Amino acid sequence: MPKDTGIGASSKRREDVRFLTGDGNYTDDINVHGQAYVHFLRSDVAHAKINGIDTSAAEGMPGVIRIFTGKDFEAVGGLPCGWQVTDRHGQPMQEPKHPVLAHGKVRHVGDPICAVVAETLAQARDAAEAIELDLEILPAVINMKEAVKDGAPKVHDDLTSNLCYDWGFVEENRAAVDEAISKAAHVTTLELVNNRLIANPMEPRVAVGQWEKGTGDYTLYTTSQNPHVIRLLMGAFVLGIPEHKLRVVAPDVGGGFGSKIFHYAEEAFCTWAAKECRRPVKWTSTRSEAFMTDAHGRDHVTRIELALDADHNFTALRTETYANMGAYLSTFAPSVPTWLHGTLMAGNYKTPLIYVNVKAVFTNTVPVDAYRGAGRPEATFQLERVIDKAARELGVDPIELRRKNFVTEFPYATPVAVEYDTGDYNATMDKLIEIADIAGFEARAEESKKKGLWRGLGVNSYIEACGIAPSNLVGQLGARAGLYESATVRVNATGGLVVMTGSHSHGQGHETAFPQVVADMIGIPEDMVEVVHGDTANTPMGMGTYGSRSLAVGGSAMVRATEKIIAKAKKIAAHIMEASDSDIELKDGKFTVAGTDKSLAWGDVTLAAYVPHNYPLKDMEPGLEETAFYDPNNFTYPAGAYACEVEVDPETGKVTVARFAAADDFGNIINPMIVDGQVHGGIAQGIGQALLENCAYDEAGQLISASYMDYAMPRADDVPFYSVDHSCQTPCTHNPLGVKGCGEAGAIGSPPAVVNAVIDALQRGGKNVTHIDMPLSPARVWAAMNGATANEGAAQPAARDSGSAEGRSLGGQV
Amino acid sequence: MMPKTPLSFTLNGSETALFVDPGANLLDTLRRGAGDLTPKLGCAQGTCGACTVLIDGEPHLSCLTLAETVEGRDIATTGGLADGPDLHPLQQAFMEGFAAQCGFCTAGMLMAAKALLDRRPNPSRDEVIEAIGGNLCRCTGYEPIVDAILTAAARMQGRSA
Amino acid sequence: MYSFELVRPKSLAEALSALKEEDAQALGGGQTLIPTLKQRLAQPSKLVSLSAIDEIKGVCVDDDGRLCIGGGTTHGEIVASAGDYPALVSLASRIGDPAVRNRGTIGGSIANNDPSACYPAACLASNATICTDHREIPADEFFQGMFMTALEEGEIVTEVRFPVPQKANYQKFAQPASRFPLVGVFVARFSDGVRVAITGASEGGVFRWTEAEEALSDNFSPEAIEGLTASADGLITDLHGSAAYRAHLIKVLTGRAVKAAA
Repeated sequence: MPKDTGIGASSKRREDVRFLTGDGNYTDDINVHGQAYVHFLRSDVAHAKINGIDTSAAEGMPGVIRIFTGKDFEAVGGLPCGWQVTDRHGQPMQEPKHPVLAHGKVRHVGDPICAVVAETLAQARDAAEAIELDLEILPAVINMKEAVKDGAPKVHDDLTSNLCYDWGFVEENRAAVDEAISKAAHVTTLELVNNRLIANPMEPRVAVGQWEKGTGDYTLYTTSQNPHVIRLLMGAFVLGIPEHKLRVVAPDVGGGFGSKIFHYAEEAFCTWAAKECRRPVKWTSTRSEAFMTDAHGRDHVTRIELALDADHNFTALRTETYANMGAYLSTFAPSVPTWLHGTLMAGNYKTPLIYVNVKAVFTNTVPVDAYRGAGRPEATFQLERVIDKAARELGVDPIELRRKNFVTEFPYATPVAVEYDTGDYNATMDKLIEIADIAGFEARAEESKKKGLWRGLGVNSYIEACGIAPSNLVGQLGARAGLYESATVRVNATGGLVVMTGSHSHGQGHETAFPQVVADMIGIPEDMVEVVHGDTANTPMGMGTYGSRSLAVGGSAMVRATEKIIAKAKKIAAHIMEASDSDIELKDGKFTVAGTDKSLAWGDVTLAAYVPHNYPLKDMEPGLEETAFYDPNNFTYPAGAYACEVEVDPETGKVTVARFAAADDFGNIINPMIVDGQVHGGIAQGIGQALLENCAYDEAGQLISASYMDYAMPRADDVPFYSVDHSCQTPCTHNPLGVKGCGEAGAIGSPPAVVNAVIDALQRGGKNVTHIDMPLSPARVWAAMNGATANEGAAQPAARDSGSAEGRSLGGQV
Repeated sequence: MMPKTPLSFTLNGSETALFVDPGANLLDTLRRGAGDLTPKLGCAQGTCGACTVLIDGEPHLSCLTLAETVEGRDIATTGGLADGPDLHPLQQAFMEGFAAQCGFCTAGMLMAAKALLDRRPNPSRDEVIEAIGGNLCRCTGYEPIVDAILTAAARMQGRSA
Repeated sequence: MYSFELVRPKSLAEALSALKEEDAQALGGGQTLIPTLKQRLAQPSKLVSLSAIDEIKGVCVDDDGRLCIGGGTTHGEIVASAGDYPALVSLASRIGDPAVRNRGTIGGSIANNDPSACYPAACLASNATICTDHREIPADEFFQGMFMTALEEGEIVTEVRFPVPQKANYQKFAQPASRFPLVGVFVARFSDGVRVAITGASEGGVFRWTEAEEALSDNFSPEAIEGLTASADGLITDLHGSAAYRAHLIKVLTGRAVKAAA
């Protein structure tokens, strides 16, 4: 029987009451008395020298309060990068300056040049049009492989080249990997592009900066997944505001998917300008600005080689990847193609030798950083695609080839530095075969054929490392932050609790799921527990929500704090009942003394903590409030198996997702309803990446897909019914809840399933197509089927250099 | 500067009168002028549906609607959907079916759904999908939303879902 | 958006008079014009909304049996009232989404003549007559290239008169993002021949595929066009498809339209 309360129950979300009535409080819903509005004048060219900015005419325009340029920010710091990668040769990455407003040069379309603060937004826009810019247009570098050639225009003149770093992992294994590949019975090679994406949360970014004249305190309201991180980065590194004078509030946030992790120029600007102008300053991104300023995602070009022995055991894996950083280093950009990608290249398999090379490259495009999955979808996609291709080349069943190479004994130390604590990949594959009704596929394929459609089946496994992350480990890897999480649990005198967490909920349902845990631990109703998050003024220093970490890390901190609460409450109960601490039991909200009929209600003890008349004051402080910081000692490793069935229209190349099934192992589950929803949403984004979404630039660096008219977002008719299951559970061995994290899995596991399915359909239709790069738009699929050129616009920054458009769309067709 | 124009309309059953700038759109007018923050600005270009409101019962994108064109008309937003503390059957079904995650598209989604059910009380699944075709959701993958609308329709017709 | 004056005339005469002013611009449903204004890509001093002019709204059948649709009629109203021309209803019902269909108008669509709009294909294939405040223009002369029409400054589309074909069908292959047609094909069979109009595909906007018309006039079946190839010359190449792909789709969709209509 499913539970109806506590851990394991599908408790309905309490936050839905405000979301469904329209009473959510999003940042754009916040209007501060006296606020002015800022409009950013942005570069409309990809690369140019700023020879002059004349604001004199604009300054006299109606309503203008002040116009800022890069010069005004010379005294403050640039936007910091939170991760330093060390290259193959032991050298630190090249790290360019990232000014709040462009200084000297503009480096991508959308780079802010001036900021006009005015009484109204319309006045700010009017004035911005009166600013005269003298821009000397420079050649832009968009294609990564062109960017690293000698003589290529440099994005940053003070760096030696456009190469941010050349990273090798594990460098010591390189020779052994090369040798294993040269001696292999079979080597499958695949070149592929992991397409550039735009996260596109439905809420555009917003920032409202405020400065109190009387106290000198700053407040920033912002659309962030991690307000404490913004406070630290912006306060300490950009504006020089001590954290105790700076409050950052991220209220209800309308989706993030990674793009709201990072510290952005507009946040620093509004905070700084509020003091400079003595007025609150508000910025609301337009959707156009979102397309050209929110950090983009993915954008890898990879060559992968998988070596197998005569028995089809994987013997070695070698990859070479070009990863686009864009024009500046976004907050966590360097970590994505390295530590979040290379460490996952073992996948679910016991490949003994792995070498990953990543060249991170600056281009005149928007900065690229983490997007749902961040590095792990890139790893999973290349691995699961090359395995599928190998199975086809060898004429073996792709599921059996995977099973043959699955890791089956745990803990398992991979050759890429991580240790999987637990898992059962055969179990999720078995479950997948059941829920996807793979046995019925051939019959469905016949039905499709009658309609003139080719049906294909794609299956893959995935693993991810989440629950980010052990601070000492990531510190060695170059992180400039710790990755613990915090919680303060405050028990009120009448027994209700408030959990103040450093995690941030922007759709994940923490306000519902976290109380399920605490209520279970104490044995009280869930509605006695309230969650507070998103405000640095009333939550302990926390690192926020990303990397599927909230429950695994933030939830663990909450458990630790609650354990401290219970331990102290037991001592109070023991004192009142004149028993020994060790004899006190807490169950169903009642303290009992073992072996007696004595008992005290939860509320009696909490009241005693605050009205300490009968209380061990000699031994303990009154009150009942505890804080815990939890630093995980390993990542968690959710894993699973996904299956996609598609129908391809052979006349047009149009792909329809007919069925999708996901069998995931997330360890223990707190709220199955929320887990289902996370997986659904992740799969929709993965289908979007595989079939629809394509962030494309032309050769001059203009963003072609700059609105929803050209950037194809999944709509209701693009997605199938989802069949999801998470009954295979191997609990995480190292966190108190045994949970692993489910936020990114869907987006990680689904793209290869979709592409594998399309390739299968084409092969079944008699077309010898072995790869097509995402998104598998009708035009690309048709071109691949017909040996034609799929012209998907002009250049794409990710284009491989062999890369005529034809090569791109046809991939490995032979 | 051009003079403001007086404008009156009915908002969720209440007479509303205010002054608007020439060219003001209905979304800004509702949010800033009338103080109804329930319709959301998602794209401001008529391509995401987050600002959907009902004008005389029909769904419209308030970001593309000039405020002056709603003089004397009847505007309904998500702010008026619940009956006091009692959620509308659509809201109830959305909650039970986990059809909202971050909540940002939800107000527009609910109004698109309400317009459908007002017109077609027993829609097919395909009709529901078509009716929310202009409403982007980045969180849910849509299936729970479609299911919730069908559930609400069934309940409003006294059928079991 | 720059500020502008909005006027909402109730009669055609008032609208025409208002449009005589310099920098005045007519506003239909605003599905294209309002986003353009919001991006400050146009700066009219006065917008003349046509949405309150009842005399240019509605659907009726004239003495010649033509379906007459007022220029100010929304897509939604056409879906509800143009049952005499099912292929046109089908076309209108697939434009955008319900909110778009409640606002966008047929007159606004054809006056804008977006190369990816649906109505121009219906007008051209149906040999419709576009009536304005002072003249009647055959569809063959009305559409003059991407975003270009025979309309003069200040001229208003008051009505579109569609001869109703014996058989007709519209095939729309949606561009994945905008859901506008990547290619749309409208096939209409009249007693005196077949007309085939293509939208979405050409740099020159909507056009007739005359080779297919000839073949289909002789034999109204998908087989009739099997030997034909639509030329890729002058077709659009963009993010969503090459000229060659669009040329291919023209043929596939024409065949499907004929099959569905026959």
